[in-house]
Parts: sequence; structure tokens; C-alpha cells
Amino acid sequence: MSMKKPPTLGRKIARGFTRFGGERAAQLLPEARLAGPMPWVIAIMVTLVVVATAGGLAMRNIAETARAELAGGATVQVLEALPQERERQAQVVEAMLGSDPMVASIRRVPDEELDALLEPWLGADSESQAVPVPALIDVRLRGEVTQAALDDLQARIATRAPDARIDAQASWLAPVFGALTSMQYLALGLVMLLSLTSAAAVWLAARSALGTNRGTIEVVHMLGGTDSQIARIFERSIGFDATMGGAVGLTLGLGAILLLGRQFAALGSGMVAGGALGWLDWVIIAAVPLAAVALAMLTARLTVLSALRRML
Amino acid sequence: MNAPDNEVVTFDNVGLRYGPDREVLSDVSFTLFPGSFYFLTGASGAGKTSLLRLLYLAQRPSRGAIRMFGTDLITMARKKLPAYRRRIGVVFQDFRLVPHLSAFDNVALPLRVSGVREEDLRKPVADMLDWVGLSHRSEDRPATLSGGEQQRVAIARAVIGRPDVLVADEPTGNVDPEMALKLLRLFEALNRLGTTVVVATHDVHLLRKVPESLIMRLDKGRLSDPTGALRYPPRPDAPRETRT
Ligand SMILES: Nc1ncnc2c1ncn2[C@@H]1O[C@H](COP(=O)(O)OP(=O)(O)OP(=O)(O)O)[C@@H](O)[C@H]1O
Ligand SMILES: [Mg+2]
Repeated sequence: MSMKKPPTLGRKIARGFTRFGGERAAQLLPEARLAGPMPWVIAIMVTLVVVATAGGLAMRNIAETARAELAGGATVQVLEALPQERERQAQVVEAMLGSDPMVASIRRVPDEELDALLEPWLGADSESQAVPVPALIDVRLRGEVTQAALDDLQARIATRAPDARIDAQASWLAPVFGALTSMQYLALGLVMLLSLTSAAAVWLAARSALGTNRGTIEVVHMLGGTDSQIARIFERSIGFDATMGGAVGLTLGLGAILLLGRQFAALGSGMVAGGALGWLDWVIIAAVPLAAVALAMLTARLTVLSALRRML
Repeated sequence: MNAPDNEVVTFDNVGLRYGPDREVLSDVSFTLFPGSFYFLTGASGAGKTSLLRLLYLAQRPSRGAIRMFGTDLITMARKKLPAYRRRIGVVFQDFRLVPHLSAFDNVALPLRVSGVREEDLRKPVADMLDWVGLSHRSEDRPATLSGGEQQRVAIARAVIGRPDVLVADEPTGNVDPEMALKLLRLFEALNRLGTTVVVATHDVHLLRKVPESLIMRLDKGRLSDPTGALRYPPRPDAPRETRT
């Protein structure tokens, strides 16, 4: 049996500044990544958040486009059953408004356009005049459409075209705007709930990982590992899961958005076209998985740190 | 620092209880001196592991004071403890090897935790495994090693960082006498380099193998001092090698 001096004891091994938190440290947690449900939970959450975010942003864009289009917009309806009288009053209104300094432009909505709009309700044979169709004139004002401006115009029109009524276009759409706003809040609420759920899932996963790896953690602790070193091991492991889950979730979410986008585009409605996402919106959507990774890592860190604080 | 710098650890009237039961350790007072070699003996259940747990900072005492390297540990902030733990090597009674790490990685763990670069630790770890006779098992996981082999990995892990204090709980319980002696030589070599060694054991034959060692005896949680050298300052007439 050799009794020679044991190796390496002759000198202290230089302590360096290598951070214990990389691949080496990650090996301490054997829980095979991707084997657990974590990446899939995160993938599903990211998918849902991506879709909800895209929906919310599209809703906002629709509302903004519509608002911009309608700003300064008003409509004059001439509600007169007799076609000749209706036509006369419409022309009077056109002439009056055409030369009014408050008005930027006017457009008489052609009867064919109106017929086409009403056809689904009145049937193709609206020529029969069974239901009188009003004459419509789109008016674009120079300034904002205030009630005072409308009252002013209404008063002047009424003198010569008693059956003409002027309304702000936006006011017709007020309920629509209300619905759009509610849906944006709904989307925001969904995103927040999903984030909360994801954080809770990560919290549970981190706690269970803490439980199954308790022995290892205690050993690293006793060897002088700091809380932060140990937390970093978990952070890294969960960050890895979240990255995989985020990538999958983003892909699925984008697929869903594109599919929905195509279907809405097929509707050919001008309004939906206004909902198309701009580049900034895409940046926000792309940031969803990044935010998920950050949220997961932060949650893991806080969970682990608070559990460690209960150890000496 | 008002503590004498020729003390490593001082326990002053330390008591420990787990829960509301009677104290597991009572009125334990002693001083460990740098470069000394201590055996901690006592019957099973006497409180050896409990005392060592206080020593390697796994536990705070229920009462009393503990000073280590001249600093009061009772009032010390929690976040300062890791730096102290890195100066203490521990051989746990139940080894506590990390099950999914190879023998090599287990031994390398304390060095990695304290930031030693990979290229600086490869050779020392390999040499240490060679010394404990396990270089051929360095890539194997603890579960595939025998009890004695696991114990040797645990010892290699405890000494690899050349700690200021080595605390070993029954480090030779699972090895044959020849290996026990060899491991003891490892502790002695470390001791000669200035490490204070505390070995808990109920193997009385072991005590005789280190003639310069001091003996602490625990009896139902109370410490007796057969060699009379535990208190500071030690009795001048304290026999340095009292053996049966
Ligand atoms: N975590 C614990 N909770 C409650 N009681 C404990 C705990 N650990 C130890 N004890 C009790 O403290 C007493 C001392 O135990 P300890 O492990 O320190 O003895 P020991 O001298 O190391 O024994 P052995 O030689 O068998 O290892 C025992 O009565 C034991 O039951
Ligand atoms: Mg014990």
C-alpha cells in the first residue's frame, strides 16, 4: 500500500471566477428536459397568447382605421318617399354643401351602390319602390365633426331640403367601436390570465423540481453553493424548456394567425382589411415567446430563492 | 477581531434540540485549534452527527454561541455562510453523492462551485480519484459503486478543495481496514498541511492509528474531554497522546 503524499494536496487549487451556472451546473438537474410537460405547457400558452395578442392588435387597427376614415365624416340622408322630390332635395343639398366652407368634399352615393347594399334585405326588385330607399350623400368636413357643426349644417339644409338629415358617421358606429374596445380589453385580459397561468405552471414545476432534487440542492448548498448559483441552475433548465416551448408556440400561433387572416381576407370586407398587422405588431407578437422565457426564468428564480431562504 | 487567531472553531455552551423534545446536545463547549486532529467518539445516538452538522453549518444551535475563523456564526447573515462552507470539507455519514453525476463530477463539484476553471481541475480530480483507488471508475455513477467505493468518492470530494476544516462523519465505516488506514493517511497528510480535522467514529482502533490526535467524547449529548485539550487555553499539562 502506497503511503506517498496524496496528490494535489501540496498546493491549493487556484479559485477562479468561472461562473458555476453553465452546462456543468445544469447537469446537476437530471430531470430530462423536454421529457416533462413544461415545454408543452409553455408551447400551448404561447400559442394562445400569440393568437390573443394578434387578435387584440388587429382589433385595435380596425378601430383606428375606421376612426381615421370616419373622422370628419358625416352622412346626409334624404328620407322622402317620392322619387322626384327626393332627387330634387338631394341635388339641393349637394349644391349647398358643395360650396360650403366647412365642407371638404361630398360624394353622392350612387343608387346602384345603395341597391347593391340593400339587395340582401329588400330583394333584387327594389325598383318596385315598395320600400323607399333614401338618397345618401357622404360629406367630409374640414374640421372635426362636432355636434355644433352638425346642428349648424342641419339648420341650414333644413331651410331648403326639409327631408334631409345629417348624422356623424362615427355615431352610427358607436356600438361597433364599443364592441371593438371591449374585445381589445378581452384580449388584454386573456393575455394577462394566460401569463398568470404560465407563471403558476412554472412555479409548480420549479417546486416539484426542487422537491425531487432536494438532496442535490442540499449538497451543493453544503459545498458552499450560493442561493443564486442554485437558482441559476433551475433558471437555466426552465429557460431551456421555455425556449423550446416558446418556439413551438410561436410557430403554432403564427400558423393560426395566418389561417384566420386568410379567411378574413376572403370576406373581402374593407374593415377587416384595415385590421392587417403592421410591422410593429409583428415585433410585439414575436416578443411573446421572449417574454414567456423571461417570465418563466424569473418565476423559477423567485420560487427557488424563496424555497432556499428556508434552508440555513 | 477579538478572537485569538489560533482557534478555528469555538463552541460556547451550545445546546441543540430538534423540535420540542429534550436537547440532543447540551452545554457543549470546546475550541478546535488549527492543524489539530480530533476524533469525536460516542455511542450511536450520542449526538456526533448533530454536533458535526453544527460544525459544517447545516444547522444553527438552539442556544449558545459558535465562533468560526474568529467570526460569530450565530449573528452572521445567511448570505455570508457559503464563503465559510467553502472552507469546510464534509464527508457525510450517508455520503450524499449526487446520484446522476459520475464519480469524477462528484469530486469536481466543490471546485466547480467555487469557480475553478475546467482545465485547472481536471488533473487534481483525476489524481485524487487515483489516490483513493478509483481512477478506473471515474466515469461511473454512484449507484454502480460499492458502499466503500462511494465512501471514497465522498472523501475525495471533501478533501479536493484543501479545506481549512475537514469534518468526516464515520468516514471509514464501509471500507476494509487497509483502506481505512489509507484514508486516514489522507486525512493526516491534509492535517499536516494545516487543515483541522474532525473525524467522528466509533471505531476505537482508528483512534490509535493517529498518535497525535485529540479525543472528544460525546455521551448522551454532553461532551467530555478525556485528553483535556479542548478548552482554550488548553491545560498546559494536557497530555498530547493519551491512549488506552
Ligand atoms: N433531524 C432530526 N430530528 C429529530 N431528531 C434527530 C434528528 N437527527 C438526529 N436526531 C436525534 O438526535 C440524537 C443524536 O443523533 P445523531 O445522529 O447526532 O447521533 P450519532 O451520534 O451521530 O449516532 P450514530 O453513531 O448512530 O451516527 C438521536 O437521538 C437522534 O434520534
Ligand atoms: Mg451519526
